[in-house]
Amino acid sequence: MALKVVIGLEMHCELNTKTKVFSKSLNNYNDIPNSLVTAIDLAFPGTLPIVNKEAVKKAIKMALCLNCKIPEELIFDRKNYYYPDVPKNYQITQNTKPIGLNGKINVEVNNELVPITIHDIHLEEDTASLDHYFDYSLIDYNRSGVPLLEIVTDPCIYSPEAAVAFLEHLRNIYKYTDCSEADTKKGQIRCDVNVSLKEENATELGTKVEVKNVNSFSNVYAAILYEIKRQTELIEAGKNNEIIQETRRWDEESGATIRMREKVESIDYKYYVDPNIPKIKIEKEWIEEIKSEIPLLPLERKTKYIEDYNLSSYDAGVLVKTKEVSDYFEECLELGMNPKEASNWITSQIMGYINKYDIEITDIFLTPKRLLKIINFLNNNTISSKQAKELFFLVLEEKEEPEVLIKKYGIEQIVDNEELLAIIQNIVDNNQSQIEEYKAGKTKVFDYFIGMIMKETKGKANPVKVKEILLSKLK
Amino acid sequence: MIKKLNNKIKNKEISSDDLVKEAITKAEKSQKKLNAFVTIIKDAKEVKSNNLLSGIPVAIKDNFSTKDILSTGSSNTLKDYIPYFDATAIKKIKAAGAVIIGKTALDELGMGGTGLMAATGPVKNPWNINKITGGSSSGSAAAVAAGIVPYALGTDTGDSIRIPAAHCGIVGYKPTYGMVSRFGVFAFASSLDTVGVLCTSVEDAAIVIDQIKGKDEYDMTSWNSENINLLASLDGNVKNKKLFYIKEICDINNYEEKTNELIKTLEEFNKTIEKCQELGIKVEEVSFDQKLLDSIYPTYLTITSAEATSNMSNLTGIIFGPRGKGNTIDEMMKDHRTRGFSSLIKRRFVIGSYVLQKENQERYLFASAKIRHLIVNKMNELFNEFDGLILPASSEPASNINGDRSAHLRTEQYLAIGNFGGYPSITIPSGFVNDMPIGINITGKIKDDANILNIAYALEKKLGYKNQTAKGWE
Repeated sequence: MALKVVIGLEMHCELNTKTKVFSKSLNNYNDIPNSLVTAIDLAFPGTLPIVNKEAVKKAIKMALCLNCKIPEELIFDRKNYYYPDVPKNYQITQNTKPIGLNGKINVEVNNELVPITIHDIHLEEDTASLDHYFDYSLIDYNRSGVPLLEIVTDPCIYSPEAAVAFLEHLRNIYKYTDCSEADTKKGQIRCDVNVSLKEENATELGTKVEVKNVNSFSNVYAAILYEIKRQTELIEAGKNNEIIQETRRWDEESGATIRMREKVESIDYKYYVDPNIPKIKIEKEWIEEIKSEIPLLPLERKTKYIEDYNLSSYDAGVLVKTKEVSDYFEECLELGMNPKEASNWITSQIMGYINKYDIEITDIFLTPKRLLKIINFLNNNTISSKQAKELFFLVLEEKEEPEVLIKKYGIEQIVDNEELLAIIQNIVDNNQSQIEEYKAGKTKVFDYFIGMIMKETKGKANPVKVKEILLSKLK
Repeated sequence: MIKKLNNKIKNKEISSDDLVKEAITKAEKSQKKLNAFVTIIKDAKEVKSNNLLSGIPVAIKDNFSTKDILSTGSSNTLKDYIPYFDATAIKKIKAAGAVIIGKTALDELGMGGTGLMAATGPVKNPWNINKITGGSSSGSAAAVAAGIVPYALGTDTGDSIRIPAAHCGIVGYKPTYGMVSRFGVFAFASSLDTVGVLCTSVEDAAIVIDQIKGKDEYDMTSWNSENINLLASLDGNVKNKKLFYIKEICDINNYEEKTNELIKTLEEFNKTIEKCQELGIKVEEVSFDQKLLDSIYPTYLTITSAEATSNMSNLTGIIFGPRGKGNTIDEMMKDHRTRGFSSLIKRRFVIGSYVLQKENQERYLFASAKIRHLIVNKMNELFNEFDGLILPASSEPASNINGDRSAHLRTEQYLAIGNFGGYPSITIPSGFVNDMPIGINITGKIKDDANILNIAYALEKKLGYKNQTAKGWE
């Protein structure tokens, strides 16, 4: 009996707006706890939510990127539950009319495009963050009210690889559109993962298990693998009835999912439309305006790189992997660099360097303008390709302009015919016996002369010219 | 009254200091008999400004957030709560130079219509201290009727300004929904809550709301009313205005229990109608679907209970309010809420939670929304033809504090129509029944406040109860 896994994802991502979604508190990460808080965030009596237009705009932008249907009006609902992380004891979210419905997007999994359908996208407020200790908990309301976008897929994902590819793709879109920093390390992305197994040909889905609050993509992957294993074992042992609809959490330490609560006793959140926020018409013109601001997304850029610049699929893939790298590449092109040449420098040298030091391409001193200088020195024979690589690292390490470093280290190439002629003549004159050997057919001696010349010029001689002159002398 | 006081201050016949001191002294003296105040601000002082309200004392219902002044909502859940910010209406009234001399008692958090449900005990009617004031703006109504302050701010979710105004023989005006910002007003039912004023003349009502209305960046349901100047609109010219009354409410034959007070109230109402006609106002009788009328109270109860249970979830005693006892946060919240709320509120919370439950929403919540819609549609239709609806503000004058109030529920519910549609609605005193004041109410179409106030202004002159206050309670 072949079993097939069916996965549905709920991805929560904090939007990078200036202020919170319903208050004027700043939306910043890593400030002093409870410093980014106003009366609204703490639900003081009489306070009212004010919808942040920028958050709505970014939510619409994401909904458009995922080809969702945008409703004609904006409605927010209350989700009522008592928990200290929501001072109002209800969370403002969207239930009646989510900001995006019925979307679809293609994701590349192992060089294949896999369609993933989006059930809905809704905008809500993040909750305060709680830190639990042995006999007390600490609460930080800085996160309370940060705009949170929840993207819910249909149960349409059939492998952990596809799940992670989808999440990575989405993270990329968040960054490409500047809707979020989308940094899992800062807790800006949290996922709920629904996993069920069914027989290969079965039409009905199996019993769904929800793993809540998974905070990194590698953990999403591990949690899915774990659930597949756990559920498969139960089915194979004939214990299908032990797979129940429940909520579990991923325990990183033990590498296992752990039961939180059974769905049977699930909470009724008593959703209803928030009367404090009037229905707001979403104008068609505004949607068009937002649409026009969406940049080319990763897959579109990749196609363009392959088709317009003749880059390999692999190189194009590396270039679009993050927005920062792709932007760097595009800036190089704007400066007039040859696409192939720019791509080679970025995919080999620069990516190698930033991966080694685990930094971002935006962090390095070698901007596209400075890269262009190096390439120009190379192309006009001021430096050799070996020197270019040397200069590349010097710019990165010493944070100086390429021309300054060339002077500082005398990296210039000797291309002057007269000068080279004189040096070579001198060496030839002093090594008559080797000349005889060469003429007698011992061609290896040629390399000996090259070595002598390079030693004499401290490697600065242009190798092509040296070869040219030496050949004429040895005739 | 406000203009008169303003002139007196300007002409130095009286100083603001004296006015304020007099109000504070009266307030303190009244407490034993009327119990209208939660807090009296003994050191209240004028802040110099140049406005009609400058230097004139005012009382504020205790469900407004007032900076550095205890604001309890007359609930034990907030008995020690001192806000660090002012409600927008408070900010505006302070900016106009008004001097807040006290915070007035209300039926806990605005829920209840008697004045008997405040944490500080029952509020008594200045016309007869054995009678209720009505509520929930009970203390505000009592303070104005007793002549302690010329006006007071209140809030109105079903009839909470307009009923106590009627019972206390004063003016109570609920503007169009969102005309005055709700920011800083303790929420009861957000889709119905409206800030308004209790005072002794239509002119004063216009002056006060002119000062505090306006679009507020902190309340998304507020709207720009720059083009509305209520005071300037009072010209008393009401010839050919058209009002209607609802047959089913005003016909004594429609009542099973024909009490002496009901009969007299309706008789008085008919006299008022005649006076309207003398003013050149056309008044017509309109029949309204009895089923819809009967649905008003259950609809109101469903909507308000649902919104209240959610709105008041913030009252946990954790961030503000007295901390409850317990070993866990849940125990602390439970203790705080169990001890803090009255039984009436708890009952409403149970109703609210019940109608909000997924399986009950269709049957109760959505049904209520539908009925609300039907009523508002019908009213809007009528407002296309008429300037306003005129009704007795209540079916009877204020009842005894120890009396049975079940029969009362009937007409008093009708005023909730004004909140369902967000309509401007004003009660003015119209006479007496058994030595207690009664009032009539005029409700008009949305944002047509100036027109409604002008009709009330003309009628007020004709009826002759302008600037009326209760005597003898002292």
